[in-house]
Amino acid sequence: MSPVSRGFHRRRQESAENAGRVPPGQYVTKDFPVLSAGPTPHTPLDRWSFSVGRPGRQKSWSWEEFRALPSEDVTVDIHCVTKWSKLDTAWHGVSVDTLLDLAGHDGPFAMAHCDGGYTTNVPVADLTGGKAWVAYAYDGQPLAPEHGGPARLLVPHLYFWKSAKWVRSLELKDTNDPGFWENYGYHIYGDPWREQRYAGD
Amino acid sequence: MAGTALRGRLSPRPLLWQVAKVSAVAVETASVATITLDVPDWPGHQAGQHVDIRLTDDDGYMAERSYSIASAPGEPVALTVERIDDGEVSPYLTDELRVGDDLELRGPIGGYFVWEPADGGPLLLAAGGSGVVPLRSILRHRERTGSDVAVRLLYSSRTLDDVIYSGELDHPAAGVEVIHTLTRHQPPGWTGYARRVDAALLAEVAWPAGAMPLAYICGPTTFVEAVSQALVQSGYPPQRVKTERFGGTGGS
Amino acid sequence: MDALDGNAIGGLLREVFGAEMTTTMSACGSCGAARQVGELVVYNHAPGTVVRCRSCENILMVFVTMRERTCVDLLGLSALG
Repeated sequence: MSPVSRGFHRRRQESAENAGRVPPGQYVTKDFPVLSAGPTPHTPLDRWSFSVGRPGRQKSWSWEEFRALPSEDVTVDIHCVTKWSKLDTAWHGVSVDTLLDLAGHDGPFAMAHCDGGYTTNVPVADLTGGKAWVAYAYDGQPLAPEHGGPARLLVPHLYFWKSAKWVRSLELKDTNDPGFWENYGYHIYGDPWREQRYAGD
Repeated sequence: MAGTALRGRLSPRPLLWQVAKVSAVAVETASVATITLDVPDWPGHQAGQHVDIRLTDDDGYMAERSYSIASAPGEPVALTVERIDDGEVSPYLTDELRVGDDLELRGPIGGYFVWEPADGGPLLLAAGGSGVVPLRSILRHRERTGSDVAVRLLYSSRTLDDVIYSGELDHPAAGVEVIHTLTRHQPPGWTGYARRVDAALLAEVAWPAGAMPLAYICGPTTFVEAVSQALVQSGYPPQRVKTERFGGTGGS
Repeated sequence: MDALDGNAIGGLLREVFGAEMTTTMSACGSCGAARQVGELVVYNHAPGTVVRCRSCENILMVFVTMRERTCVDLLGLSALG
């Protein structure tokens, strides 16, 4: 039985004004922690592309083409499974609804594939209806490589491991196969409001 | 496990958490403190090893961090901690912890980044900021064992006020040379190095490769990579360059 | 966040393998590079700890701790010890 460390307090959800915005078990941070499973990729923009669809039936955009798509500002709260939450984060990017419309929506599930090999799975229903974006700017600036630039997936209603950094494609599929962390026991869905951190939660 | 090398006098005992008592807290600099501990079941340690410490709050929440042992084998266990702004653990250790408090720890840990006199030298010790902590354990172990291995300690700090153990390092033991570089601000009249360690600086300070030196490099990852690459490029065999990287916010 | 090295997970390795592992030799299953575990590249701020080859960045080991149990996947190693 570990002794209580006199005078030690975890960071807690701070103020009453944040209550209701912070899921269970989270604390609010003013930083933007960088979490990674590998080195930061540095794909040159002239070699970058983004695609949506099934193998052999994909719609692809070059960087110029992607930047020419209709895009929007988005301000959302984000919640990391390592327990920090950051409120009112400001992004700019293309709605996944736009991308799926242009690609021809096809398939109940999606797997995000990223430079460096990271993957994560999300149901298409959680990527549509104004719930997800492929973001290329944060806080008014081009998205920094350490935070997922040139572009990352942004799915703020799920734990932030689903907001895959360095995203290059959304593969549409018929089965909800687990991505990288899901394969190691993280929750297949990941709803922070039901504290779905691990499989079985 | 076949092939695992066990060094020195340590035996493969399970790594268990135990409760130590704080016996002293000493301020080193405005943001650094050394905590001396009374560890009831301490098996002894090697110079360069570290411990994991664990804090528990009254909700049962736990936070764990690793800290290098600052003292030599044979001395009471001492940890030197740098306070990271907005850190979760380090401000507690440097500002709140008092003599008589409990501190849960497990250790000693590590077999790669250790030095024994039998390993020889000449030694090049390169410290970036709080990376000096395990290297200070090596220096004290060298002195306590009467080793005459030649040592150069290259120590990079932001300012003179950030130098840890300045009292000791201003009066190094015979055979030990301490070379400082102050990267952000230098006092009036400073004639020492005034920049981040680079290949040119190392060329002036490091033992030449032909002396068959042994290097220990500890500090932030960018510091360790820059120094180790430069040493290997200057001819140090990679297996004679030992590295320990500290996190930026990792040890907070 | 900069990557660390195998020294940073010395305690975790002791827990999982029951022995000091940072001096243990490892071989990368992808490029064959042989290194002591203490020199491998460690990313431990993610939801789990990922250990990669310093030569080719291939994932060698993944440790995930949940509900006080640690699972380890040694998928990328061709040899350990």
